[in-house]
Amino acid sequence: MKEYHYTGPVEHKFSPYAFNGGTVLAVAGEDFALVASDTRLSEGYSIHSRDSPKCYKLTDTTVIGCSGFHGDCLTLTKIIEARLKMYKHSNNKNMTSGAIAAMLSTILYGRRFFPYYVYNIIGGLDEEGRGAVYSFDPVGSYQRDTYKAGGSASAMLQPLLDNQIGFKNMENVEQVPLSLEKAVQLVKDVFISAAERDVYTGDALKICIITKEGVREEIVPLRKD
Amino acid sequence: MALLDVCGISDWVKEDTFSSQKASVDRVNHFNFAALEPELAVPIGVDPAEFLKPFTDCEDGVEGVTIKLKHGTTTLAFKFQHGVMVAVDSRASAGSYVDTQLFKKVIEINPYLLGTMSGSAADCVYWERLLAKECRIYKLRNKERISVSAASKLLANMVANYRGMGLSMGTMICGWDKKGPGLYYVDDNGLRLSGNMFSTGSGNSYAYGVMDSGYRYDLTVPEAYDLAQRAIFHATHRDAYSGGTVNMYHMQETGWIKVSQEDVGELYHRFAAEKK
Repeated sequence: MKEYHYTGPVEHKFSPYAFNGGTVLAVAGEDFALVASDTRLSEGYSIHSRDSPKCYKLTDTTVIGCSGFHGDCLTLTKIIEARLKMYKHSNNKNMTSGAIAAMLSTILYGRRFFPYYVYNIIGGLDEEGRGAVYSFDPVGSYQRDTYKAGGSASAMLQPLLDNQIGFKNMENVEQVPLSLEKAVQLVKDVFISAAERDVYTGDALKICIITKEGVREEIVPLRKD
Repeated sequence: MALLDVCGISDWVKEDTFSSQKASVDRVNHFNFAALEPELAVPIGVDPAEFLKPFTDCEDGVEGVTIKLKHGTTTLAFKFQHGVMVAVDSRASAGSYVDTQLFKKVIEINPYLLGTMSGSAADCVYWERLLAKECRIYKLRNKERISVSAASKLLANMVANYRGMGLSMGTMICGWDKKGPGLYYVDDNGLRLSGNMFSTGSGNSYAYGVMDSGYRYDLTVPEAYDLAQRAIFHATHRDAYSGGTVNMYHMQETGWIKVSQEDVGELYHRFAAEKK
């Protein structure tokens, strides 16, 4: 039980981490993938920025969404981009989504004893052109999924996605594969709901749509309160 | 490089200050494509387990910073006359949140070796992937597959270097080699045991109860499948941190086969119907 009237001495230590909020979501379809994030950067009761998106484009077929501690997100994306260049120079080809995911897992585990406080989700197209989503925990455990929500509102979004995309806990339902238009609409609806109930999510929504034509972006305003 | 390692003349090539005991670097070197030993960054001068405690354990550590790592499970394996049965659940929980119900807790190292995972997901995934790499290098160097005993020993020695630093891993290495079916339990303290039946994870006691009451060495194959499935199912029913689906593998002389992946909800209805 938390004590509300503690009157003794309190030790204040420097904490290397902070929580900057934000929600990330990725969905994989037959021939497309979506990575969406809100653009609010907060800390405690303040909003640092209303225009700080959490999706970063890595290659023409892969986008990563990082939420958690913004400092670690920036450093991690810098390291990933450097490693992508090193791979390109050594192997004369771009990294595939699966390879980026496996590499990120070892980068994260390299800091097992002082983790990057980042929840990552990679969305992209695999070698056969099908959509792929890889979700990570802060120390590098990862899995390929069809859809995943991460960040502050993840616990609110994930059950809704389980029901609408995974058809969980529904009986006698025709399991139609998800089309791109329907997926984009679903992502918009889901973020609008998250912005209502999670203080750290809001301001604007940025959706990166990855198809064989490349990466396209769409920005949708959300609640600013 | 690989040949240089085998010949053992790496001293004059590059004198690495990195000692093979504990990782004593506080940042990771990204230019080491083929590191001889895995280099993990360790905060210098601080006990790693104590350092992480306020961020992973406490609810209100530092203004909402809670690094939740994926955990929890039930896995089991037993030897019987037709080989080794392996069954696992598929839930990965981060704190009290169920992160996914479809996590793969069996890693297919090669067609004759399987590794199960329990405890911290990242620790198991990383070390078993490293083990898969070592097994592959062994096969390339020696032109024959690694034995189950050697593979489990490699894993035990790898994690023993990080003993006391807060790793959490309980795994079973199962395979079929020249000596027949093999089953070893390896954990994060470097403990390595050979045996006929093991169960690990938060739900292991429930699984042991069901397994012990139905186990015989001379089970037929369908009976063994049924026993393994029931044991995991009952563990998922009672343990909050286990659930999802039951994944079953059968290790035979010709390699492993994936028997089935069944949702626990459907199993519940099947077993309930049997009772009537």
